Amino acid sequence: MNEMIDNLLATGLEMWSWFPADWQTFLLILGKIVLILVPLMICVAYITYAERKIIGYMQIRIGPNRVGPRGWLQPIADAMKLLFKEVIIPTKSDKFLFLIAPVLSIMPALAAWAVIPFDRGMVLADVNAGLLYVLALTSIGVYGVIIAGWASNSKYAILSSLRVGAQIVAYEIAMGFALVGVLMASGSLNLGDIVEGQAGGISSWYIWPLLPLFFVYFISGVAETNRAPFDVAEGESEIVAGFHVEYSGMAFAVFFLAEYANIILISALTALMFLGGWLSPFEGFVGADHWLGASSLFWFFAKACIFAFCFLWFRATFPRYRYDQIMRLGWKVFIPVTIVWLFVEAVMVVAEVGPWAV
Amino acid sequence: MMITDFLFFAFAGVVIASALGVVASRNPVHSALFLVLTFFSCSAIWLMLEAEFLAITLVLVYVGAVMVLFLFVVMMLDINVAKMREGFVSYLPVGIVFAVLMLAVMVYVVGPVGPDVMGTAALDNAVRQAADYSNTEALGEVLYTDYVLAFEIAAVILLVAIIAAITLTLRRRPTTKYQTPGKQIKVKRDDRLKVIKSDAEVLK
Repeated sequence: MNEMIDNLLATGLEMWSWFPADWQTFLLILGKIVLILVPLMICVAYITYAERKIIGYMQIRIGPNRVGPRGWLQPIADAMKLLFKEVIIPTKSDKFLFLIAPVLSIMPALAAWAVIPFDRGMVLADVNAGLLYVLALTSIGVYGVIIAGWASNSKYAILSSLRVGAQIVAYEIAMGFALVGVLMASGSLNLGDIVEGQAGGISSWYIWPLLPLFFVYFISGVAETNRAPFDVAEGESEIVAGFHVEYSGMAFAVFFLAEYANIILISALTALMFLGGWLSPFEGFVGADHWLGASSLFWFFAKACIFAFCFLWFRATFPRYRYDQIMRLGWKVFIPVTIVWLFVEAVMVVAEVGPWAV
Repeated sequence: MMITDFLFFAFAGVVIASALGVVASRNPVHSALFLVLTFFSCSAIWLMLEAEFLAITLVLVYVGAVMVLFLFVVMMLDINVAKMREGFVSYLPVGIVFAVLMLAVMVYVVGPVGPDVMGTAALDNAVRQAADYSNTEALGEVLYTDYVLAFEIAAVILLVAIIAAITLTLRRRPTTKYQTPGKQIKVKRDDRLKVIKSDAEVLK
């Protein structure tokens, strides 16, 4: 039996070496991409279930409990239903743009995962400008929404796409400034180095010296993903369903997936940049040989889950912002707060009062 | 063919095709989107030139912000395409002259003929940097030491432009009606509603 497995492995390795070196790298990268995306898509499916369940309990309901045990198969049933529905294309719409818009919306949300480190060295592309890459990719997600709104040839859709465009451009600036704070603290744009800079237990995480920037970043993240209370893009009571009002079936589902993929992305990024990613909070208190003290994938996942939960909690709790209040919060509150805190941080760096060593 | 060669020609092809699309497409929204594609493919070529900071900034600033606002404006315009196309043939000679002039200037500055203003001769023996070389850091170092004055002046000019643009939009015309949410909220019942006592009567 053992011999057979050994033989199989040997043949496998031999077949692997038949590929030219270029192809081997290519296939290896492809395998890693699949390894990241498949769990991500499962997470996306189950965060929709978690959302309905959590908001259900918050509103003293049960939530979905019919499909499968405790409703666990609900996301799969939803996906099947959407797959088999017809994709209706409005008569006077721009067909090509109408169909490519959902793709443009989900592509950046998935591509950004290339630079996210899950554990020490466990990253698809360990690039130096990782932070900039993430910022650039999240900023092009808005095209999906704008193009969807315009190509639908519907006044509700275009109103929504205008709202989203202005909102995302406004909050991106605050988000970028908050990231400048992280960059100043860590002295690196590499996400792995940013996490390593926070080593030493819960007290050395960047959330403490950068507390205002943390709040600005996370709230801007909520606004960037168009989630409640900033969900004027799809304000049901004002503009029916917003930019995706003309979409049906799988085309709509892709927008839906993109929104939830973005939630997970923002949660993961906040965990990486302010809560020390995969590092354990008990570093220094519990020995590194115990699972509580060792840094691992588990901690990264747990921290990201806290933020993902906040997204759902916000939706169940807050009423929708008025549009002019959203704009005021973005331009007149968040941007000044970040600029002031950058000055404070610069003084801290020069006076060497921060926890970081420059 | 090396994989990098293949990638370069693929991206360069997309750049040229989409740049042609910007001028050739009939719909202004399509033109704007072609321009986005041009920027994006350009940034991919810059990445291959190891200029990752510039490449990502191009996407971040131009694709992520400038073109979004540009698209906004174009989407809102009611453009009569037929009317816009009318003068195409008569403007064509002037256009060609300008295109040729621009090409000549570019070849003179960058190309192998003129004086080596851009230092392109040094590119022939350019070295490939190691994987841990940070383009961002190198750029920041010269920008904040050797060129700090020029950099600060550029920043101040941009700031002036921002303030000027904001003051231009703050213009209020007396004929335009505005909604003031503050006033809307402050309204009391007595401002809008008057209860009148009257005797009951039978309607006929």
